[in-house]
Amino acid sequence: MSDAGGDWEESSPERLYVITGGRSGSSTPATLDLVTLIVARSGPAPGMQPEHAAITRICQAPLSVAEISAYLGLPVSVVTVLLSDLLAEDKVLARAPVQAARLPDRALIEAVIDGLQKL
Amino acid sequence: MDFKSSEQAVGPRSEDVLPTTATAAVKVVIVGGFGVGKTTLVGSVSEIRPLTTEETMTQAGVGVDDTQGVERKTSTTVAMDFGRISINEELVLYLFGTPGQERFWFLWRGLFEGALGAVVLVDTRRLEVSFDVIGRLEERGVPFVVAVNNFPDAPDHPLEELRSALDLPASVPIVLCDARQRGSSRDVLMTLMRYLQNLATTQEAS
Ligand SMILES: Nc1nc2c(ncn2[C@@H]2O[C@H](COP(=O)(O)OP(=O)(O)OP(=O)(O)O)[C@@H](O)[C@H]2O)c(=O)[nH]1
Ligand SMILES: [Mg+2]
Repeated sequence: MSDAGGDWEESSPERLYVITGGRSGSSTPATLDLVTLIVARSGPAPGMQPEHAAITRICQAPLSVAEISAYLGLPVSVVTVLLSDLLAEDKVLARAPVQAARLPDRALIEAVIDGLQKL
Repeated sequence: MDFKSSEQAVGPRSEDVLPTTATAAVKVVIVGGFGVGKTTLVGSVSEIRPLTTEETMTQAGVGVDDTQGVERKTSTTVAMDFGRISINEELVLYLFGTPGQERFWFLWRGLFEGALGAVVLVDTRRLEVSFDVIGRLEERGVPFVVAVNNFPDAPDHPLEELRSALDLPASVPIVLCDARQRGSSRDVLMTLMRYLQNLATTQEAS
């Protein structure tokens, strides 16, 4: 179905352990949702871990955490670890998903209805 | 591993790039049993070809396989397909097609948290799967509508009969759909949004 990340070696648990340096996703900030939009503040820098470089390259325009996972062929749990590194180093910006508190629910739903009507 | 050579190929196609004005995203979960048409529905209404995110389920989480009835010894890859609809310049809607079994939901932390709502996709030939799904969504307080996917060889039940078979409250919308048709899938999402709109209005009034 998806050929995204097709050239990647299979994401065996061992390989994933290496990518994240053995850290698990549980310590990542709760703000990283599947639909948090990520935008790179700059392009890949020399010496970056390849996965970090790939994220900064594909996030020149906003991409959700789920899309980054799909394109890199890495589980979301691994991507969130990589993203928390990049966030800590100020290499990417995270645009948190809309919370009910930020927008009145009804205005949000009405915006979605308007959008769907144009489909 | 040969990361360097594959690097050029990875990433969204140029037509799948979001505008830089996209600042907010919301999600809706399409949930249902195996082969009920989740990927078809997501694909028919998505502006991008559906993408797949995979998680590895380790032995401890696998247990007895529903379909095989055998104990799996190795780790299993569980896939979730998703699509995207740009609502306007700022707002993006993501649709996640999720297996009906609750044990898979925990692989994607926060899948239902913050979701606007869910669509329970139903195959009338296998109602019991949907029955479980509906119970779990109610437990979690996730608002949902029910869409009955129209398979040609499925028995033709009146919707109200299905409603009582599923033990569905009178307030929860139930609609027929053809997940292969973009317009039909769009209407399902619209049914969910109208329902959420009503819920929001009722809440404001109380
Ligand atoms: N006749 C008919 N066939 C459909 C419809 N929706 C899906 N199908 C077919 O049913 C099959 C399963 O559809 P999928 O979209 O792959 O179902 P799924 O829920 O994603 O399946 P899994 O991810 O494997 O659980 C495909 O062959 C579809 O073409 C429909 O509305 N009508
Ligand atoms: Mg599917």
